[in-house]
Amino acid sequence: MTLLNISNLSLRIGTFKILKDVSFSVAPGEIVAVTGESGSGKSMTAFSVMGLLPDTAEASGALYLEDQNLLDFSEAQMCGMRGKNIGMVFQEPMTALNPVKTIGDQVMETILIHKAMSPEQARDRARALLDRVGLPEDRFPLGRFPHELSGGQRQRVVIAMAIALRPKLLIADEPTTALDVTTQAQILDLLRDLVREFDMGLMIITHDLAVVADLADRIVVMRHGELVETGTTQELLHNMQHPYTKMLFAASNHQVTLPQAPAPQPLLEVSGAIRDYPLPRDGLFAKPKHFRAVKEVSFTLYRGERLGLVGESGCGKSTLTRAILGLEPLQGGDIRLDGMPITTEQNPEIRRRMQVVFQDPFGSFNPRHRVDRLITEPFHTLTDPPKGMARSDLITETLRAVGLKSDDAQKYIHQFSGGQRQRIAIARALITRPELILFDEAVSALDVSVRAQILDLLAELCEAYGLSYLFISHDLSVVRTITDRCLVMQKGEIVEAAPTEEIFAAPQHPYTRALIAAAPQLPDLNQGAA
Amino acid sequence: MLRYALKRGLSLAISLAVASLVIFFVIEIAPGDPASFMLGINAEPDTVAALRTELGLDQSKLQRYLGWVGGMLSGDFGMSYTYRTPVAEMIADRMWVSLPLAIYALTLSTLIAFPAGIYAAARRGKPGDMAVMGATQLGVAVPNFWFAMILVLIFAINLRWFGAGGFAGWDKGFGAAMKSLTLPAIALALPQAAILARVMRSALLDILGEDFMRTARAKGLTRRQALWRHGLRNAMIPVLTIIGLQFSFLLAGAIIIEQVFFLPGLGRLVFQAISARDLIVVESVVMLLVFAVISVNFLVDLAYALVDPRLRSRT
Repeated sequence: MTLLNISNLSLRIGTFKILKDVSFSVAPGEIVAVTGESGSGKSMTAFSVMGLLPDTAEASGALYLEDQNLLDFSEAQMCGMRGKNIGMVFQEPMTALNPVKTIGDQVMETILIHKAMSPEQARDRARALLDRVGLPEDRFPLGRFPHELSGGQRQRVVIAMAIALRPKLLIADEPTTALDVTTQAQILDLLRDLVREFDMGLMIITHDLAVVADLADRIVVMRHGELVETGTTQELLHNMQHPYTKMLFAASNHQVTLPQAPAPQPLLEVSGAIRDYPLPRDGLFAKPKHFRAVKEVSFTLYRGERLGLVGESGCGKSTLTRAILGLEPLQGGDIRLDGMPITTEQNPEIRRRMQVVFQDPFGSFNPRHRVDRLITEPFHTLTDPPKGMARSDLITETLRAVGLKSDDAQKYIHQFSGGQRQRIAIARALITRPELILFDEAVSALDVSVRAQILDLLAELCEAYGLSYLFISHDLSVVRTITDRCLVMQKGEIVEAAPTEEIFAAPQHPYTRALIAAAPQLPDLNQGAA
Repeated sequence: MLRYALKRGLSLAISLAVASLVIFFVIEIAPGDPASFMLGINAEPDTVAALRTELGLDQSKLQRYLGWVGGMLSGDFGMSYTYRTPVAEMIADRMWVSLPLAIYALTLSTLIAFPAGIYAAARRGKPGDMAVMGATQLGVAVPNFWFAMILVLIFAINLRWFGAGGFAGWDKGFGAAMKSLTLPAIALALPQAAILARVMRSALLDILGEDFMRTARAKGLTRRQALWRHGLRNAMIPVLTIIGLQFSFLLAGAIIIEQVFFLPGLGRLVFQAISARDLIVVESVVMLLVFAVISVNFLVDLAYALVDPRLRSRT
């Protein structure tokens, strides 16, 4: 028996076709993962089932939940279905809850809106639900507000809301993408347990193939609004047919070969770095308190070395990065680049020798400048910047080095895809031939196939320019392939530092072990059926 | 919450102290000696000096400042130079016109703006929205004194429902007093309502795009339920800010409307006092208005915290 049966679902907005003849089904108690890169239509499939499409969208085909076609339902009927028979969990727990209402009220609302029980009963049920999702009463009373909870805890509240009336079908749209690996592992465990306990069908939308392989009973691979391949997890993993599926899995586990690093010669020296943030005073005249985000961190990055820095959100890695860039002052210790102290005072010499690539390839560019102006911005750090022909030659050379064409220099940033934008960001970092580049989550926002290309590009640039870089990331699998040595940071301290392969093969610190254990792993697909 | 309130209260006190200093010294710098102004250009220097002594103008600036502030704290605002009556009484009389007028106008403006803004936001891009937006565009563009004259033409001269101006006085009964304030209140309220409705609409539209509105819909709320239960309260912060600003404006800025309708309000009092170099009246009224504005801001700050729990825990 199937619970949800999607057959020939097509969707268009105006003349733009979003989904083309998508068909698959979900059985009670089954976990079906819908995966694909951005623009594949996986989220729109979920919103079609919820009936939460934009007003201008037109859907055709059939969406059967048990024996009722949801596409025939009126908006009022769909309101009766949502929350009651179909629950949904969203990607962004930080914004998915109403900030001005208590978590208790928000969980109770699902129950009360469907008039399922009296307010007193609803309150008891909300309490029981929060207990069930791992938010016990002593620490998480119903009167808590969302801003008092962490991302993982908020996602638990969202899950409690979604399962409050024991829906037959639960839809989770990238439920763990915004969370740290250890939190992700806990949330996935919770979802898995709830599915078994309530015999729900779970349709999970995710781009993360490691999560898919770990969790799903069945996999649906989508691309450009079409279903590419589907099958049970074991079957699909070991006998994938479609070249796109193969490419997707290969790209997720992409390995690059870095050139040999030269003999150690210190380039960036961080010694005893301390970074404090002031906290609000307890009373009007109480002594101001501080939060120590970086606690006496010391490490050395050698010339030609590719160093990784991993840790979960809030561990202080971003703070440390900003201090290294000289954007924030230190409260103790010092940071030196090739012997020169780095301070918050503007120092063109240091800026020229150290550049940075950020996570958001769109937000870090001025949309009103052309690419040639964007990538030559670091020229203001030079005393004698190249002009005329020398300038345009350098632009062309740099754009080619990152795999773009010379006439891309005259385009604006919105004319490029996410991967191309990140190439432009790398070009901007590269153009002054810096000795050190900081990559701050530089590939985290990219699709796996694009990410694989950027990683290849970095390996090529290492070969061509002998790059030294500090690669800051929460993604262990990327750090593993793109760095020689790795630092693990927890609560403002570096708890482990060793050559990357040693860290992954034999982690010493308990935190490193927990981190590696929590990260979902793609099974080794070359070993045949396991 | 209490700490938040105390902190805002402290900031209120500091603002008032700074404001009193600024007002006193700025007005002292303004040219024109009240004594010679009152006695005319042919006055004997001796007479002027005598009057200066009588008015306390020969004291040092600091003495006069402290005397002025100390007096205000005990409810004594001093004597008007020109009318020779206690300033406190003059202000109190006018306050009984200006304050009810401001509250009346603000109530009207809110009553018009909330439904209009919510209606437009719920029907974004549809004819209803466009009609409301067109009307508010007009409301923002039309000056309130012109609007006041049109109101007088229609309701006072043609229909004869209201008087064309003047204030009946509270001793003639609540109804009569309110009736004479109605046309001025409408003239003041409409442009404010137009601004407030636009703010309400755009604040709501911002909120409608938030993730938690989608969550609400996923729970089974209809669009309307989601808007009322989750949208409105979150949209209140910008709306409260504008309401606070508008109240301050209505209290002091009604001078043109007071002129059009011959209302004995604070705006007219300041205007007359400035023309007559009645510095003590000017200082006191301005100080009172500053006090009102800062107090309204204080109340708005407290209202923020009531609306948004995140502000309660922040200091």
